[in-house]
Amino acid sequence: MQAANANATGAQASTNGVETGATNDFVTVFVGETLFGLAIERVHDVFVPSGVTPVPLAPAEIVGLLNLRGRVVTAMSLRRRLDLPDAEAEGEGGKASPKMAIGLEQAGETFALVVDGVGEVLKLGADSREAVPINLDPRFRNLATCVHRLDGRLLVILDVDALLGFTAAGAKAA
Amino acid sequence: MDDLLREFLTESGEHLDTVDAELVRFEQDPNNETILRNIFRLVHTIKGTCGFLGLPRLEALAHAAETLMGRFRDGLPATSASVTLILLTLDRLKEILADLEATGTEPAGSDDDLISALERMAEGSAEALEPAAPPPRPEPVLPDPVVRELKPGEVSLDDLEAAFLAAPGPEEADFAAPPPVAAAAPAPKPAAPAPQASAAPVEAVEAEPVRAEKAEGGTEGETTPGETTAAAKGNQTIRVSVETLEHLMTMVSELVLTRNQLLEIARRHEDSSYKVPLQRLSHVTAELQDGVMKTRMQPIGNAWQKLPRVVRDLSAELGKQIDLVMVGAETELDRQVLEVIKDPLTHMVRNSADHGLESTAERVAAGKPARGTIRLAAYHEGGTITIEIADDGKGLNLAAIRQKAVQRGIAAQADVDRMTDAQVAKFIFDAGFSTAAAVTSVSGRGVGMDVVKTNIETIGGLIDIATTAGRGTTFTIKIPLTLAIVAALIVRAGEHRFALPQVAVLELVRVDAGAQRVERINGAPVLRLRERLLPIVSLTGLLGQSQAGSETEQAGFVVVAQVGRERFGILVDEVFHTEEIVVKPMSVKLRHIPMFAGNTILGDGAVVLIVDPNGVARQVAQGVQGSGGHAETDDDAAGEVVDNKTTLLVFKGGQGSFKAVPLSLVTRLEEIECAKVEWLGGRALIQYRGRLMPLVPADTAITIKSEGTQALVVFSDGERAMGLVVDEIVDIVEERLDIEIAADRSDLIGSAVLRGRATDIINIAHFLPLAYDDWARGLKRPEQLSTILLVDDSAFFRDMLTPVLKAAGYQVITAASAEAALNTLQSDPKIEVVVTDLEMPGRSGFDLVAAMRRAEPRLAALPVIGLTGAIGADAVERARTLAIADLVAKFDRAGLIAALAELGAETVSKAA
Repeated sequence: MQAANANATGAQASTNGVETGATNDFVTVFVGETLFGLAIERVHDVFVPSGVTPVPLAPAEIVGLLNLRGRVVTAMSLRRRLDLPDAEAEGEGGKASPKMAIGLEQAGETFALVVDGVGEVLKLGADSREAVPINLDPRFRNLATCVHRLDGRLLVILDVDALLGFTAAGAKAA
Repeated sequence: MDDLLREFLTESGEHLDTVDAELVRFEQDPNNETILRNIFRLVHTIKGTCGFLGLPRLEALAHAAETLMGRFRDGLPATSASVTLILLTLDRLKEILADLEATGTEPAGSDDDLISALERMAEGSAEALEPAAPPPRPEPVLPDPVVRELKPGEVSLDDLEAAFLAAPGPEEADFAAPPPVAAAAPAPKPAAPAPQASAAPVEAVEAEPVRAEKAEGGTEGETTPGETTAAAKGNQTIRVSVETLEHLMTMVSELVLTRNQLLEIARRHEDSSYKVPLQRLSHVTAELQDGVMKTRMQPIGNAWQKLPRVVRDLSAELGKQIDLVMVGAETELDRQVLEVIKDPLTHMVRNSADHGLESTAERVAAGKPARGTIRLAAYHEGGTITIEIADDGKGLNLAAIRQKAVQRGIAAQADVDRMTDAQVAKFIFDAGFSTAAAVTSVSGRGVGMDVVKTNIETIGGLIDIATTAGRGTTFTIKIPLTLAIVAALIVRAGEHRFALPQVAVLELVRVDAGAQRVERINGAPVLRLRERLLPIVSLTGLLGQSQAGSETEQAGFVVVAQVGRERFGILVDEVFHTEEIVVKPMSVKLRHIPMFAGNTILGDGAVVLIVDPNGVARQVAQGVQGSGGHAETDDDAAGEVVDNKTTLLVFKGGQGSFKAVPLSLVTRLEEIECAKVEWLGGRALIQYRGRLMPLVPADTAITIKSEGTQALVVFSDGERAMGLVVDEIVDIVEERLDIEIAADRSDLIGSAVLRGRATDIINIAHFLPLAYDDWARGLKRPEQLSTILLVDDSAFFRDMLTPVLKAAGYQVITAASAEAALNTLQSDPKIEVVVTDLEMPGRSGFDLVAAMRRAEPRLAALPVIGLTGAIGADAVERARTLAIADLVAKFDRAGLIAALAELGAETVSKAA
């Protein structure tokens, strides 16, 4: 549709140098009202997390550990990673299972990214891509690679490595 | 890097290690043909494989070494120098292999130095021994591949055969061995390579690249001969990557989990027809788990492989003759554990060689065999492996360690003097501790033993020392068989379950509000356990989960754990059962939390965290739950200090110094207006509760203030009261007291360290007469001058109670133990009442009373009052059976006086 606009931003995105190729597939997840996208290559699993064991003294982002088919997986809350308050469901007694989790892998370790819900897989091209608006909260800005304009809403593409890249010390300081 | 090369690297590495060890054996036992043959075969294999893979440096080196070894086989005596040279060559080979592994190509460089030395050694001796040997050279096969290098993809079997035959193989060695006379026959071949070796590098450089290509192409052809050699000795083993095993392990764990779930379901459905197959599945799973666990096991000998070489080098370096005896090398343990203990073991053997064993001259002078022995032994014991490293050297110099410990400020002189030898020996595990007079290149820098200890403790192991002067030192290491599976106690703390590794657990104690209850010293929880005070940490508190700490501590379990010298209790809410758990490492994001050693999946599928006792111990020592939680060392066997837990009032008195008085003696604390102080005849008095109360300064340096307010500590007895003038009331503390008796001051009982401050404990008996000169004379009951025998093991209590009892009008005789008390009782018929502490080391108060009851009628009838720290139901029961008249809490002075008065009344009434 908005061809002129798309061209202008397309150029910008390519200078960003984040994505190459015609289209990319993204798994969409949402937290509250915000829609996020994760590169499909990085997503190993989508599952309902249950039986999460909290880890005392752990960084706030970490919800706990859970058993994913015999593997111990570290569950991390996207909400807490983005400094958002815990959702109601999660808040109740702290024990209620979060709705969905995305299995991500980094350096041979599996992590579960706990989100409010998982949407469809979208195939998106450079034409709808925008750079991350500079007025975004730094928490978001550091984790996002770009933003896609969808019909009626925006999709924030998350950088999986940055997402998992927090260190224990950094998390404590934050 | 292609697979072939990778395989070669692992294999050669292992071969070289074996050769290392075997050579050292050979040097000591030069007539052992089997060893030599073995060495020869291994080096030959390395050389042969290098040839195929196109590694000229390696090949040339191996070749030269092989040549020299061939000479040994021909009867050349294996001198120390020649063995050293070969060992050096092996080191060089290893270096090159390491480079090869890192970069995938053979590093550039020249080995001419070693090669020529090897050649010289081989030739020089050859001339001396068998001048005839060199001439008949073997067919010059090596150039052959160069000629046929045209076809990169192809290598003929002829080539391979030829390359292999270029040097004598093991078969020939076999031949050569049995008839020593026949040695002359195969001799030409091993001797031959000498000239060849010098030529080889030159030729090989051009030939190599081609050969490497060939290696890739003609795998089938090439590997055949190599494999036959390997297969001959590698008794049916295959190489599997660790990753594959780990994955298998995970899968099996999951299978176990699934089986458990199935069993759970089957239990609920009684009539199910799948019970039998399920049973079978269960068995198979268990067996499978066992099998997979076994794949992770390796003989401990793998970790010892380098040691003979290390010891050999050391004995040369240190000029000592050392034998290394290894027992139980086949004992298997988890390879992960093996990795962790490898370096500590090497270090400890070095230490034994350097520190432990004396020099040869000293040994001879001491009448010991000139050769020192280091003995390594490994054996299974329960679920653990015990490794002993023993030397027959001079033993640890405990005096030097004591001195050093004080010097370095690790312990006070007094503590050190009191410690047992075993405790003192453990100081060598402190960082930077070395008593070696001279720092050698081997050891003495004080780096190491602490690392050794840390390494061993990280895998849940323990290390102990036994040392006898002049006889040697033995280190005993106990380590778990495997890290992957540990027995753990599943406990609940707060809302969650945790696993506690069983190795650290000594016992479980149930605590509640009754007899076994957790007490607090300034908020720090402690537990009395068999007359010892055990610092307690609550797991919930440690993990920052507790909301109201006190209520959770009302009931629960104390897991008594020991880590190194620290013994402490971990308070949990519930203990479920023990379970063999599969330890999974913590996520990198969580590894910084010292409290956890890993996590695991329990039978019911839940993930639980494994508490690391080492981490907890560190937290206990740091007193994370408030001050005063410092861990008790397990072996301050000098029991006298242990139960002196006293509540003391601390105040400032005189030049800002801290003084304290047992709170039990204090009636009240007051603050008075100085204007109200009246002076009568040089004595300060104050109107207090309608009476005049004399004021006595707690120290001669204190003057009663003339304005403002004045702090007073009021002591009273019956109608009388005395105000002790102090500068400032500081605190009330409850601590175990370790009093050093003051020599020559009657106003002080002694001094003690309270809250890290030196504090004088004042003697109230000194001040009372200052207020009323007749106080001590006991005017109140002059008619009833009974004699009391006061039995208490603690000098402090005797000193504290004597004036109190005297003030109450009794004659007091003291005894420090049950034995002394019995003697006194027998010799002194005046004694009318016995007041005894019931908790004493050795023979307790109960024992004393029992002995009295059995004795002559006079003693058997004596009334007894028992003093006890905690009056429990069982103590009351026991007291009743022994006819103990009354039980009084240790600090209840009024209670004691009342009990004595009651006794007096009774005896009076009886008499009447």
